[in-house]
Amino acid sequence: MLHASGISMHRGARTVLAEVDVRLEPGQVLGVLGPNGAGKSTLLGALSGDLSPSEGQVLLHGKPLGDWSGPERARALAVMLQSSKLSFGFRVDEVVSLGRLPHASGLEADRDIVAAALDVADASHLAQRNYMTLSGGEQQRVHLARVMAQLWPGGSGQTLLLDEPTAMLDPLHQHSILLAVRRFVEQGGAALVILHDLNLAARYCDQLLLLADGHVRMSGTPDQVLRAELLQSVFGLEVLVQQHPERGHPLVIPR
Amino acid sequence: MSSVRNARPLFLSLSLLGLAAFWLSLALGPVSLSLGETLQALLRLCFGGAASTQAELIVGQIRLPRALLGLGVGAVLALSGVAMQGLFRNPLADPGLIGVSSGAALGAALTIVGGEVWGGVASWLEPYLLSLSAFVGGLAVTALVYRLGRREGRTHVATMLLAGVALTALAGALIGLLGYFAEDNTLRTLTFWNLGSLNGASYSRLWPLLAVALGVSYWLPRRAQALNALLLGESEARHLGFDVESLKRELVFCTALGVGAAVAAAGMIGFVGLVVPHLVRLMVGPDHRLLLPASAIAGGSLLLLADLLARLLLAPMELPIGTVTALLGAPFFLYLLVRRYQ
Repeated sequence: MLHASGISMHRGARTVLAEVDVRLEPGQVLGVLGPNGAGKSTLLGALSGDLSPSEGQVLLHGKPLGDWSGPERARALAVMLQSSKLSFGFRVDEVVSLGRLPHASGLEADRDIVAAALDVADASHLAQRNYMTLSGGEQQRVHLARVMAQLWPGGSGQTLLLDEPTAMLDPLHQHSILLAVRRFVEQGGAALVILHDLNLAARYCDQLLLLADGHVRMSGTPDQVLRAELLQSVFGLEVLVQQHPERGHPLVIPR
Repeated sequence: MSSVRNARPLFLSLSLLGLAAFWLSLALGPVSLSLGETLQALLRLCFGGAASTQAELIVGQIRLPRALLGLGVGAVLALSGVAMQGLFRNPLADPGLIGVSSGAALGAALTIVGGEVWGGVASWLEPYLLSLSAFVGGLAVTALVYRLGRREGRTHVATMLLAGVALTALAGALIGLLGYFAEDNTLRTLTFWNLGSLNGASYSRLWPLLAVALGVSYWLPRRAQALNALLLGESEARHLGFDVESLKRELVFCTALGVGAAVAAAGMIGFVGLVVPHLVRLMVGPDHRLLLPASAIAGGSLLLLADLLARLLLAPMELPIGTVTALLGAPFFLYLLVRRYQ
């Protein structure tokens, strides 16, 4: 689906990304972890075509990202950034229907899709509200509904990139949003999610990529990546790693 | 987008407002005309008859070009305001931010003060010279602002904004300098020109402005959805499949063309481009598919009403229309600011 090989990015003399490889495969959620300033958002910028890497290339279905036409790419790849700067009083359903702009599916179909996408993000009750009056977490869910609507109904060949989608959410919605991402990949799509919560990453991601100072420190399954000594050297935080008593995935507990 | 907020009544009332303002502009003045007289004069003019009565002369030679000029200038200023507020993703942005107004003012000032230097131009060009130099000045300064905002193949709107502020200050200083060396009479012309006026509207001034107004009114609504997406952010609009760099270029070009032509035809008229889109947004919401056409109609209508006030308030004296729009627009803008941060 989305394959990046040997991506490096320099800003002045500083190297913000060094030869990073990313392979997003159908049916899988890839979690990207790392401390602040590790290069996570820069990586997402390169994968989404916002930034052009100094070296290496990004292929979407085998074709360089830059060779895609805008709308064609938008139907295959949707991106949710950390914070949106929208400062105009659109109604919530209007914001979500912006996700339908790359399509020509008609008013009727779009209305149903917007409603369904709002439902996935548990934001149906906000549909008629003014976007500017929502809380940060509610706004984040609206943008999630927007990118879901952009790829609706989700299926093989589609890729979703999310930059800290759970940052402002309450515990319930952190889980329901990541469950929605899991359902998206179960239909054949692929997803990359930048996360700070190691336990959410352990639970919802199939593969993890641990970044530090622009370098990949480790990549693999949660069991391979979430190891105490590795986490301690990357994050500088002493942790215990145990097994989730019911689900079996690693559970990271600060000491 | 799926929903279009009950737009029909709004467009109907805006059109009625426009028609009323247009008719009042034709009817009111030192010689008042009845509805019948203005209609008759208009019909006669439309069907190519030579003006014979006093009413037909007044409407045909004085009031009709002035009213059409007002509609065109108001519409184009409001549309440019919408374009700039979209570009800067800020509902309080002004078309003057990219330097076009001050550039046009500088161009005009150069012509007004340096008139003798250009004494030798072709005679057919002379009536157009002031407008032309204002237009060229506006485009030149905007091009410079745009150039300064470019880096690594992308346009940085924040840099453009700062470059616009700096060049506006520079142009202001140069205009001041020109004023310092000008004769008293020239200085008076310069001052009045800077305050804006529809006075002296003629068909030769009207046609270029109307051509630009029609072009901008045709082009910008075609970019309504791209503008909607741009409000989410430049990256977000790109992820929705829009070519953001060419969109920004088009917005800057339309604004430079529109405001340049408006200033060239009627001098500096402030606050229309700032306040009208904001006012219309309160009624129709931020969706550009409605905002653009509604702002064009509202801008034209409101400018005609402001011109009526300018003409009638202290008749037979005539106020510069720029002072009227600023006197009404500035307090309203302050009201919006205070309301916004409460």
